Amino acid sequence: MEALEIARWQFGITTVYHFLMVPLTIGLGLLVAVMQTMWHRSGKEHYLRMTKFWGKLFLINFIMGVATGLVQEFQFGMAWSEYSRFVGDVFGAPLAMEALLAFFVESTFLGLWIFGWGRLPRLVHLLCLWAAVLASVFSAYFILVANSWMQHPVGVEMVDGRPVMVDAWAVFTNNTALVAFPHTVFGALAVAGAFLLGISWYHLHKRRHDGLDTVGAHGTVIVGDAGGARDAVDHRVWLVSARAGAIVAMIAFAGTGITGDLQGKLMFDQQPMKMAAAEAACHDGTGFSILSVGNLGAQSCDDITAVIEVPGVLSFLANGDFTTEVKGVNTLLPEYQEKYGTTLPDDPMYGERAGTEIDYLPVMEVTYWGFRIMIGFGAIAAGAAALALWVLRKGTVPESRWLMRLAVFGILAPFGANSAGWIFTEMGRQPFVVAPNPDPSGIDSVFMFTAAAVSPGVSLGELVASLVALTSVYAVLLVVEVKLLFSYVRGGTASAMPELAQAGSDSGHGGDGGSGVSGARHGGKDDGDVLAFAY
Amino acid sequence: MTEALPTLWFVLIAVLWAGYLFLEGFDLGVGMLMKLMARNDTQRRVLLNTVGPVWDGNEVWLVTAVGATFAAFPHWYASLLSALYLPFLLVLLGLIFRAVAFEWRGKRDSDAWRDRWDWAIAVGSFIAAAGIGAALALTTTGLPLDVNGNRVGGAFAWATMPALLGAVAVVLFCLVHAAAFVALKTEGSIRSQADRLFRRLLPVAMIPFLGWALLVQVGSGTVVTWFVVVLAVVAFIASYRAATVGRDGRAFAGLGVGMLALIGSIFGAAFPVVLPSTLDPAFDLTVQNASSSPYTLGLMSLVACFGLPLVLAYQAWTYWVFRRRVSEASIPAAHAVTAL
Ligand code: HDD
Ligand code: HEM
Ligand code: HEM
Repeated sequence: MEALEIARWQFGITTVYHFLMVPLTIGLGLLVAVMQTMWHRSGKEHYLRMTKFWGKLFLINFIMGVATGLVQEFQFGMAWSEYSRFVGDVFGAPLAMEALLAFFVESTFLGLWIFGWGRLPRLVHLLCLWAAVLASVFSAYFILVANSWMQHPVGVEMVDGRPVMVDAWAVFTNNTALVAFPHTVFGALAVAGAFLLGISWYHLHKRRHDGLDTVGAHGTVIVGDAGGARDAVDHRVWLVSARAGAIVAMIAFAGTGITGDLQGKLMFDQQPMKMAAAEAACHDGTGFSILSVGNLGAQSCDDITAVIEVPGVLSFLANGDFTTEVKGVNTLLPEYQEKYGTTLPDDPMYGERAGTEIDYLPVMEVTYWGFRIMIGFGAIAAGAAALALWVLRKGTVPESRWLMRLAVFGILAPFGANSAGWIFTEMGRQPFVVAPNPDPSGIDSVFMFTAAAVSPGVSLGELVASLVALTSVYAVLLVVEVKLLFSYVRGGTASAMPELAQAGSDSGHGGDGGSGVSGARHGGKDDGDVLAFAY
Repeated sequence: MTEALPTLWFVLIAVLWAGYLFLEGFDLGVGMLMKLMARNDTQRRVLLNTVGPVWDGNEVWLVTAVGATFAAFPHWYASLLSALYLPFLLVLLGLIFRAVAFEWRGKRDSDAWRDRWDWAIAVGSFIAAAGIGAALALTTTGLPLDVNGNRVGGAFAWATMPALLGAVAVVLFCLVHAAAFVALKTEGSIRSQADRLFRRLLPVAMIPFLGWALLVQVGSGTVVTWFVVVLAVVAFIASYRAATVGRDGRAFAGLGVGMLALIGSIFGAAFPVVLPSTLDPAFDLTVQNASSSPYTLGLMSLVACFGLPLVLAYQAWTYWVFRRRVSEASIPAAHAVTAL
C-alpha cells in the first residue's frame, strides 16, 4: 500500500466513525430539548424523567462526537496538506465559522445545562439546552457547506492554479448544501427516532415480563405500580417515548425521501458519473435497478445485468419525468476522458502516479450497494416504526422476547443508512477529491484529483502508525461506549435520577454495592446543588 | 486596508492561542494534578468539578485556533500540521482519552475503573500540553521546510531543543496556572495544598517559558517586545507576592497576565514570519505569502468581529454562574448507574 491508500482509509474510517456519533447527537439533542420544553410547559413528571434519562444517554454519546471531531479538524492539514493548500481559501472559512459560531455555543451551553440543573432559573436552563442543540444543527450546516463545495465547487475563480473565493453567497447557498443539509438532519432524526423506539420497547417489554403491566379483557393495558422508579409514571415515560420515536422515525424517512429526491436531481446535473455508478448502469436508460447481478467490482460494466428494474423511476429521480435517458457509464467515460485527460499530468505532485491512466469509474460495488442500503435501511426502519405505532395503540407491547430483540436491533438500521449514504457520496466522487462539474452553474475548471491531495512530506510509516493507533483506540472506545450505554439503558430512569431508586425500596438496587445513593440528596442544601452530579 | 488584513488575522490567531493557553491551561493542569496532588477520590472529584462545566468550552479555543489558521493561512495550517504529524497525533490521542475520561470516570462504581480513567485524564492532559507547547515553540523558531513548505528530514525532524523547551514550558505553566486556579476555586484542605504548591512552583515554573520568549527575542525582538517580556516578569513577581499574602485572585490574574504578555512578545517578535524554514529564509512562510485572499479574510473578519465578543461574553457568564468555590463537603456520594 502507498501513503495515499493509507490516508484514504484513515480518512474514511475516522469520518464514518465520527458520523456514528453525529446523527445521534443532532437527532437526540433535538428530541431531548422538546421533552424538556414539554416538562417546562406542563410540569408533568414523565416529561422530566424523559428529559433526564434520554439526556444522560445523549451526553454519553455527545462526548464521543467531540473526541472524534477533534481528529477531523486536524486531519486535513496532517494527512492532506496539498488538499488544504488547494482549497484553503474557500474551505477553511466554513470550518472556522463552524468552530466560532457553533462549537463554542454548543460546548459552553451544554456545560451550563449539565451543571445548571437547580442552579439556573428553569427557563434559562431550558434555553441553554436549546442553544446547544440548535448550535449542533448549525454546525452541520457549516460542515455540509464545506463538503458540498467539494461535490460542487461554486463561487470561485482560478488564480495561479488555485481556487479563490469571489462570491461567498454562492458558497453558502450552494444548492448542493441546501439539500444535503435537510437530508442529513432528517437522517439524524431517523436515528434518534429508532433509538427512542427500540429502548422504550425494551422497557415496556420488561415491565410486562416482570408482571408489572398486564393486559385486560379488552386488550387494553392495566398499568402496574411498584413504586420508586417503576411506578405508573414509568410506564408513561416509555409509552410516550416509544410513540414519539415511531412518529419521528416515520416523518424523518419521508423527509429524507423528499430531500434525497432533490439531491438525485442535482447529482444528475453535477456528477453524472456518480449517478451512473449508483445504478451500475452501462448504457443510457430510464429504469431504476432493484437488483443487478454480475461483477460490480470489475472496472467495466459490460457483464452487469439488471435483473429487476422499474422503468421510468431513474428518470424521475434524475429529472422529474419518466422518459429522460440517464447517461450510462459507457457514454460518460469518453466524455470525462476528453475533458479531464486520460492520464494524470506529468507533475511531481502526483509522485509515482504521474502519467498513469485515470480511472473515472468509482467502485461500483460500493456506489450501487451504498445507495440501496441507504434507502433500504431507511425504509425498513420507517416501516417497522409504522407497525410499532399500530402495536402500541393499546398502550403496551406484546410479551414476545423476539419482537423486543428486533426492536432493539432495529436501532442499527438508520445508523447503517447514514453511513451508507456518506460512503456512497464520498466514494462516488472518486477519483476526484474536488469534483468537476459539467453543470453550467458550477465552475468547470475547478477540480482536484485525490491522488494529488495527500501530504507530500509525510511518510508511509507515520500514516500507518496513525491509522493503527486511531483505529485501535476507536475500537476500544466503541466497546466501552456501547457497554456504558447498555448499562444506563438497563438501569432505566433511575440511572439518571438516583433519587427515584432510593424512593422505591422494592425495586432493589443490586449493582450499586455499598456506596448507596443516600448522599446524592444534598440537593436541598444550598451549596449541595453546586454540583448536583456530573463528575 | 486589504494590506492590513493578513496582519489582523495574525493578531487574531495569536489571540486565539493566548486564549486557549489561558483557559485550557488550567484545565490541562487540573488534569495533571489529578495524579500529582489529589490525595483521595473526593479530592479528585473536587478538582474535576472546578473545571466540569467549562473544560469543553475551553477546548473549542483550540479547535477555533486551528480552524481559523486553516481559513486565514492555509499554507501555515498545511505545513505545520503535516510537518508535526506524530506530535499532533499524540495530542489528539491525549485529548480523546481525556475527553471521554471526564465523562466516563464516574459512570461505574469501581475503584479500578476510576483509577484507570484518572490516569487517562492525567496523562492525556500532560501529552496534550507538551505537544501543543512543542508545536507553538516550533512555529516561532522554525522547521526544516523545503520551497513548497513540506518537511524534509523524516518523521522526527521536529525533535529539537526548541520543541523540548516549548513542551516543558507549557506543561509547567499549566501546572502552576492550575494550582492558582484550584486555590481560587476551592475551599478547605485542597485549597491550602494548591496554595502551597503554587508558591513552591512559581519561582521556577515560568523559567522555560521565559527561555522560549528570550530565544525568539534574541532572533528578532524589537524594543517593544523586549519591554513586554519585562512586563511579564513584573507580573510574575506581583503574582508571587499576592500569593504570599493570601490574595488568590490576584495571584491567578498576575500569572495569567504574565503568560499572555509572554505569548504576545513571542508572536510580536516572530511577526511577520508565521513559520520560519530552518533551511533557507527564502522558504519562510509569512503573513503575506501564507494567507488567504483579501476577500476571504474580509469575510472572516466580519464573522470574527461579531462572533468573538459574543463568545467572550457568554463564556464569562458561565464562569460567573459557576463562581462558587467547590469544597469536599459539597461533593455528593458517588452514584453509578443503578440496576433495575
Ligand atoms: C452533519 C453533521 C456533521 C458532519 C458531516 C461532521 N460533523 Fe463534526 N460534529 C458535528 C456534526 C458534524 C456535531 C453534531 O456538531 C458534533 C458531534 C458532537 C459535538 O460535539 O458536535 C461534532 C463535533 C465535532 C468537533 C468537536 C467540537 C467540540 O469540541 O465541541 C470537531 C472539531 C468537528 N466535529 C469537526 C468536523 C470536521 C472537520 C468534519 C469533516 C470532516 C466533521 N466534523 C463532520
Ligand atoms: C462534511 C464534511 C466532510 C468532508 C469535508 C469530507 C472530506 C473528505 C476528504 C478530504 C476525503 C479524502 C479524500 C478522498 O479519499 O476522497 C474524504 C473521503 C471519505 N469520506 Fe468524506 N468528508 C466529509 C464527511 C464525510 C462523512 C460524514 C462521511 C461518513 C460518515 C464521509 C466518508 C468518507 C469516506 C468513506 C471516504 C473515503 C473515500 C475514498 O477514499 O474512496 N465523509 N472525505
Ligand atoms: C428515501 C429515499 C432516499 C433517497 C432518494 C436518498 C438520496 C440520496 C442521494 C441522491 C444522496 C447523494 C447526494 C450526493 O452525493 O450529491 C444521498 C446522500 C446521503 N443520504 Fe440519502 N436518500 C434517501 C434516504 C436516506 C436515509 C433514510 C438516510 C439516513 C437515515 C440517508 C442518509 C444520507 C446521508 C447521510 C447522505 C450523505 C450526505 C449528503 O450528501 O447529504 N438517506 N441520499
